[in-house]
Amino acid sequence: MPLKQAITGAEAVAYAMKQINPDVVAAYPITPQTPVVEYFAKYVADGVVDTEMIPVESEHSAMSAVVGAAASGARAFTATASAGLALMHEIVFIAASLRLPIVMAVANRALSGPLNIHCDHSDAMAERDSGWIQLWAENAQEAYDFTVMAYKIAEHKDVRLPVMVNFDGFIISHGVEVVETLDDELVKDFIGKQIKMYPLLDTSNPVTYGSIDMYDYYFEHKRQQVEAMKYVPKVFKEVAEEFAKISGRKYDLIDEYMLDDAEYIMIALGSTAGTIKHTINELRKEGKKVGLLKPWIFRPFPKVEYQRLLNGRKAVVVLDRSASFGAEAPLYQSVKSALYEIAVKPQIGSYVYGLGGRDITPTHIQQAFEDAFKGDLIVDEERYLGLRE
Amino acid sequence: MPLNAIELAKLFHDKNPGITSGHRLCPGCAAPTIVKLALMTAIANGYEPVVGLATGCLEVSTTIFPYTAWNVPYIHNAFENVSATISGVETAFRAAKKRGEIPADKKLAFFAFGGDGGTYDIGVQSLSGAVERGHKFIYIVYDNEGYMNTGNQRSGSTPLGSDTTTAPVGKKVPGKVQLKKNIAEIMAAHENIYVATVALADTTDFMKKIEKALEFDGPSFIVAHSACVRFWRVGDDQAVETSKLAVDTLYWPLYEVERGVYKVTKKIKDPKPVADYIKSQGRFKPLLSRPDAEEIIDDLQQYVTARYERLLALEEMTKDNPIRGPWTKKDA
Repeated sequence: MPLKQAITGAEAVAYAMKQINPDVVAAYPITPQTPVVEYFAKYVADGVVDTEMIPVESEHSAMSAVVGAAASGARAFTATASAGLALMHEIVFIAASLRLPIVMAVANRALSGPLNIHCDHSDAMAERDSGWIQLWAENAQEAYDFTVMAYKIAEHKDVRLPVMVNFDGFIISHGVEVVETLDDELVKDFIGKQIKMYPLLDTSNPVTYGSIDMYDYYFEHKRQQVEAMKYVPKVFKEVAEEFAKISGRKYDLIDEYMLDDAEYIMIALGSTAGTIKHTINELRKEGKKVGLLKPWIFRPFPKVEYQRLLNGRKAVVVLDRSASFGAEAPLYQSVKSALYEIAVKPQIGSYVYGLGGRDITPTHIQQAFEDAFKGDLIVDEERYLGLRE
Repeated sequence: MPLNAIELAKLFHDKNPGITSGHRLCPGCAAPTIVKLALMTAIANGYEPVVGLATGCLEVSTTIFPYTAWNVPYIHNAFENVSATISGVETAFRAAKKRGEIPADKKLAFFAFGGDGGTYDIGVQSLSGAVERGHKFIYIVYDNEGYMNTGNQRSGSTPLGSDTTTAPVGKKVPGKVQLKKNIAEIMAAHENIYVATVALADTTDFMKKIEKALEFDGPSFIVAHSACVRFWRVGDDQAVETSKLAVDTLYWPLYEVERGVYKVTKKIKDPKPVADYIKSQGRFKPLLSRPDAEEIIDDLQQYVTARYERLLALEEMTKDNPIRGPWTKKDA
């Protein structure tokens, strides 16, 4: 029987990992990811899981250790945020290039400096070209569901890529919500046994991991990573369909909220989507044809889906919780680029909001929609919500 | 466990235990011989080696895609993280054993190799963390006293007065002005560890220490004198001779520390002057042409003598008196 629990997003992620019972977890504490590690450490201490936990001395070593573990054939997990993810950066790329199906939960937090412990997306965005699959949760339920789904996507033979489950720091990680969890056995069966590929510990078939490529092979290896990403949308959909059967919750590449007849569409990642849905409900009462396009997956970027959903609409408002200094904000950049090829282009505008945990309210969202209603979106102008100018 | 001499002889004859010929290290480099001796000892003791390697000469020269010189499981991750990487591998092994995916009697020996740059400098945090956590692995630093892979830059291991491209001997500065970092003592201070220094000068001593490391219940750290014939500017048949001089001058004292208990494994009664070691290598030649050369060599001589006396005193003081009991680990 599914169980309804009032838990935080951090506990929801840890709970999913408890049910998965991975072989190896290596992690280092950082706000706001810490409770994920704490909950899991308690599961280990109580013998609820038989995972081997490596309490490493840094995030750099956390990622390095899970690379070693995953190459050995273990199902490996880590979690981090902000500076921790930045410290891992070098090895994040290596994990993807070695095609290791690692899962990492990221409680999204602003990057220093100035030092700030609160939510924004600059940490994950700095890794968007690392070769990891990026899933983005709106709430604790999605954080739980994506954690359950992640290994099935990562370990798929056509994919073999690491997965990052993003959930907003504090807002999701520390906020208590009602989360519907699945039965342990159901999760166990859903995940199944990992099909190990070239495990390092198979001493009768010794393999070399991490060789040096010169200009004669590096390019081809990178091309294979490009290719693997192309299989992700299909595999994601298959896994989502299977997951729907056991949970009743249906996921896709994109969450479409009141999109069918919408003339004005907002696009945003993570928890802000909840606030946007609320605002849309209010605006709909006034007869405004508004909708939300929420990416559940950001890497790979399902361009064709965006083109299908945005063609012929009046306006598109893209909200970014991170900036790209000297260039357009990351989500906006991707969406705008997708629109280049569509027949009937909507007006498009870029709004950066919520950096360093700055609150975003329905008023801000309404304000951005109002600009769209007035036809006042300027393609090359970056605007800011909730900022003192 | 006594070393299986017949097995060892076979391995010597085979010439390819763990690492095979055909790699692209410089002729005369000490590093592959160090690796070979270590892996050979493990195999002759009934272990199957699994190797982690830090970025460096040994790594780039042995795994140029699509080739590999390793006929045992091998992983290279990055420069600074071989200890964390091998700790993940070792942990995965324990997890697999616990879950019955690997037979309980399977004997693997986890080796991490790194140069001095990847060990003394950029990899020291990862190394310290892995040792503190008590992973069962053997770390071997092939210490050629500089960033030789990138063309002879100064490292924390480069000796006083040596000429490198980033601390060159100039008109004003006499090359490296600091003594080499004492990594063996830093690692011994972790207390839960078996630490040893080795040199190709004494292969029996070397293999005995690897044997001890294999049987030690916890992490081990081995510092191997590893001549870089290219940048030490010695002949490509001089790696072993140079290491003999290093041992005989006390520049490279052979000793071990097991949970705080010191043992000088090779006592040198009449040490040769350290100047003999300095004069045997081209990397010190620019120093020798300076007016203050004698003064600098005297400093080094004083240090080397004092360090040896200290080691003898520590041996006396710590005899049969480990600082910690055997390292234990309860199943999680």
